Amino acid sequence: MTRESYERELQQLKDDVVRMGEQAGEAIHRSIEALRGRDIAAAERIIAEDDAIDALHMNLESRCMRLLATQQPMARDLRTIAAVFAITIDLERMADHAEGISRAVKRLGEEPPVKPLIDIPKMDAILQEMIRETLDAFRSQDVERAREAAKKDDVVDELRNRVLHELLDLMIKNPGIVPRALELLIVARHLERAADHLTNVCERIVYMVTGELRELNV
Amino acid sequence: MEDRVDTPVTGLINRTAGIQVEDLHAWFDRLHALRGITMAIPERKVTAVIGPSGCGKSTFLRCLNRMHELVPGARVAGRILLGEEELYGDGVDPVLVRRRIGMVFQKANPFPTMSIFDNVAAGLLLAGARNRRKLEAVVEQSLRAAALWDEVRDRLQKPGTSLSGGQQQRLCIARALAVSPEVLLMDEPASALDPASTLRIEELARDLAKDITIVIVTHNMQQAARVSDLTGFFLDGELIEYGSTNELFTRPKDRRTEDYITGRFG
Repeated sequence: MTRESYERELQQLKDDVVRMGEQAGEAIHRSIEALRGRDIAAAERIIAEDDAIDALHMNLESRCMRLLATQQPMARDLRTIAAVFAITIDLERMADHAEGISRAVKRLGEEPPVKPLIDIPKMDAILQEMIRETLDAFRSQDVERAREAAKKDDVVDELRNRVLHELLDLMIKNPGIVPRALELLIVARHLERAADHLTNVCERIVYMVTGELRELNV
Repeated sequence: MEDRVDTPVTGLINRTAGIQVEDLHAWFDRLHALRGITMAIPERKVTAVIGPSGCGKSTFLRCLNRMHELVPGARVAGRILLGEEELYGDGVDPVLVRRRIGMVFQKANPFPTMSIFDNVAAGLLLAGARNRRKLEAVVEQSLRAAALWDEVRDRLQKPGTSLSGGQQQRLCIARALAVSPEVLLMDEPASALDPASTLRIEELARDLAKDITIVIVTHNMQQAARVSDLTGFFLDGELIEYGSTNELFTRPKDRRTEDYITGRFG
């Protein structure tokens, strides 16, 4: 492989990470839409589509291995491949959370909601911003933007706590809604974890650019 | 299987030292091959020197044991200290410097007419050693230190050139160690060897560095990354970057180092 095709391979690897991130983000957004619309068919489609994201993850990982074995990458190239390795794991887990939300949607079925959905869609909206900014930061190798994106994880955490307290109140007042309320808590938890994975991605972007491996948001 | 000897060179190496290079310049006639190199080479470590062809890395190595001046028209300026001692000081005998700072070359160069034994003993014989038992002891120690003893112990009287390429290179290392050098310089010591022999030489360099300061010039970046504690990157006769090997290969500070080690030039 000449350096030109090596460069091309590296670029394709990065493009595919962005594509995978977009797909994972979209899956989460669609799962929240399915929740709002009590759309079981949509939830089932999201669950079925997770296999494609898993396959992309495997594909990216094996391409990283091939580049490591055949190109002996150094410096920034080495950091990029190491970062992609880690990032695809987080993106794959993020997509798993979309699948988890969709399963909750299926369990809730067409039962009436325990309360109007306000904070959960808000969590999704912030998560979508985080995804856009994180993928932008990855594309443009922008450390500041990655740090800014990671900061939004705190907002997602706060919203999740608010959802928790609100649902606790409702459950105490009306134990009959506990099973349905718990499903919403599970959804909020999935969104919160997805934001944690994005924070990991941001950490890897900082590493890719600077070589410093440090936790953000500690 | 024989027990592994932890410090194989002990007994041969009486002392070692670090090297301090200060504002070193070297010329071939009007060609300014090294331009003000300042570099502290620590003792009992492997220091690698990398850089594209013509960057001055071999010239640098040859300045360290005063071999550069053997080329007609070659000149050196600046200071090199081995420990406290000035190598280019007045009255310093370059032959003695070369004995204290041994060198192994790209192509193994055993003395063609000599046996394995005599190849290793050559330096001592030249220096006037005549005690056969002492010679035998040193030859064995040197061959052990060079990780060659087990392969040649039964054929010490065979010609050195009867060995394989990798064995010949280890024979040259044994020959260099036999005179109890304080520093070992290696100029592309494995570039003509197959992967298995290359790894043996690298492992040997790591082992030897427990006792002796090693400076290795290599074109092979993976080799520098595997074998050395510190790496210096040379370009156009200048030392561009010098630091821990781990840092230099994972996050170089200078753009030119980055471009070189990622294969974007050179």
